[in-house]
Amino acid sequence: MRDFFSVAYAVAWRQVHRFFTNLAFLTPAFFPIFFFVAFAGGLSRVGEVPGFDFSAGYITFQYVWALLQAVAMSGAFTGFSIAGDFESGFARRLLLAASDRRGIILGYVAASLVRATVTGTVVTVIALLAGMRVSGGVDLFGLVGLALLVNVAATLFGAGVAMLSRTQQAGPLIRTPIFLVLFLAPVFVPQGLLAGWISAISAVNPMTFILEAGRGFVLGEPTGATFAFGIGAALVLLLIPWALFGLRSAEKSG
Amino acid sequence: MVVSSLLFPMMFFAIIGGGLEAASSLPGFPADSYLDFAFTFPLIQASLFGAVTAGADLARDVETGFLARLSLTPMRPVALLGGMLSGVVALGFIQGLVFLAVGVVVGVDVKSGFPGMVVLVLLMMLVALGFGGLGAIVAFRTGSGEAVEGSFPLFFVAIFFSSINLPRDLIESDWFRAVATVNPISYLIEGIRSLVITGWDAQALILGFVCALGIVALALAGAAFSLKTRMVRT
Repeated sequence: MRDFFSVAYAVAWRQVHRFFTNLAFLTPAFFPIFFFVAFAGGLSRVGEVPGFDFSAGYITFQYVWALLQAVAMSGAFTGFSIAGDFESGFARRLLLAASDRRGIILGYVAASLVRATVTGTVVTVIALLAGMRVSGGVDLFGLVGLALLVNVAATLFGAGVAMLSRTQQAGPLIRTPIFLVLFLAPVFVPQGLLAGWISAISAVNPMTFILEAGRGFVLGEPTGATFAFGIGAALVLLLIPWALFGLRSAEKSG
Repeated sequence: MVVSSLLFPMMFFAIIGGGLEAASSLPGFPADSYLDFAFTFPLIQASLFGAVTAGADLARDVETGFLARLSLTPMRPVALLGGMLSGVVALGFIQGLVFLAVGVVVGVDVKSGFPGMVVLVLLMMLVALGFGGLGAIVAFRTGSGEAVEGSFPLFFVAIFFSSINLPRDLIESDWFRAVATVNPISYLIEGIRSLVITGWDAQALILGFVCALGIVALALAGAAFSLKTRMVRT
């Protein structure tokens, strides 16, 4: 167990050091901030649609989605980083040197959490400057918890794809499914106001439950929180074998 | 290139058109359905995709030395630019036809009828030519495919900070409405959109064509100048 954690610590430390010595580590925050400003600024009148019941305002409504997008993209970018490590040959040396290779995945996940904390904070500060109203108080920790689960799940997914493909050309294979899951949730209006095919898809999209629970936390009126945490935890549990499968594939490839 | 420039705009159209349908119940919303209103989105976005891809191809010609070798031949450099932009316009034409076909199938009601569809495709080809010229400027100035790809978010920002998602008079934030009003992309969008949701709106169409022609003129002049500079450097 000691080997497991020492490998994880070494990988995490290297990744975090790389983040903070290169401003590009903030890249995952670009699109969430952009979409947040574009949607919260350009679509705020949508908050007046009959049946749109979100007392904290449209900026706050959009913030939760932007935050989840930021942390999910932090996970995706960690996947790109892993693929880059394989292309540069570093990952192969790491696989040779690591006494417990499972620690490599934990290390990347830990580093991704640090990255998500920074990008999530950037998005939050911008949302507060834009006039976000938060009435959640202690409930906000619930939103933070959900965001961490989303980040871990996205990182495990990205790690699995990156270790299977071992090339940065697999970037779209990491990014596109994450984007789809995010956009097929109730992004612009609450689930109840969606109609047609998108309503049917978002009703079974796990991100919908996490997003709606997150919005409940910001309002200070948690709804469906236990279920959302259950879904987040289930995603993480399902994606751990996926990441380990990727690791085994990378080991076999030599 | 053709598939991705058709697929992604349609995907965004489906998601935004479906997700914002409730916005059509806002008082003063100009269309019966948000799907009709959002139909401009894939048309504009597709032009952008085409321009970035074509710009990246030109940059690759610079990177691989093809342009340098070309400068040693009697071929006029402007022919290269003309060829690339013809490809972008042809792609814009194909995209216009495909999107119109898909739009009609999914229930988009083009109020201006068949003649309006012809004008719509024409305007879209002009937009593609303008965006293609901008992509060429970046390609010739930087000579880097990565830089052209990196300019994609800037184009994307220009599209989203316009009246693409809501009419300008329904945009609540003053600063956003001001940005959308000075953003020429808004007038391209409103020109194309007027053919779909209104019918024949002379003012919107004139503004749309004037903006499109203005962008085309500036982009072509900029691209020709950048090409000349690049050839001198080569």
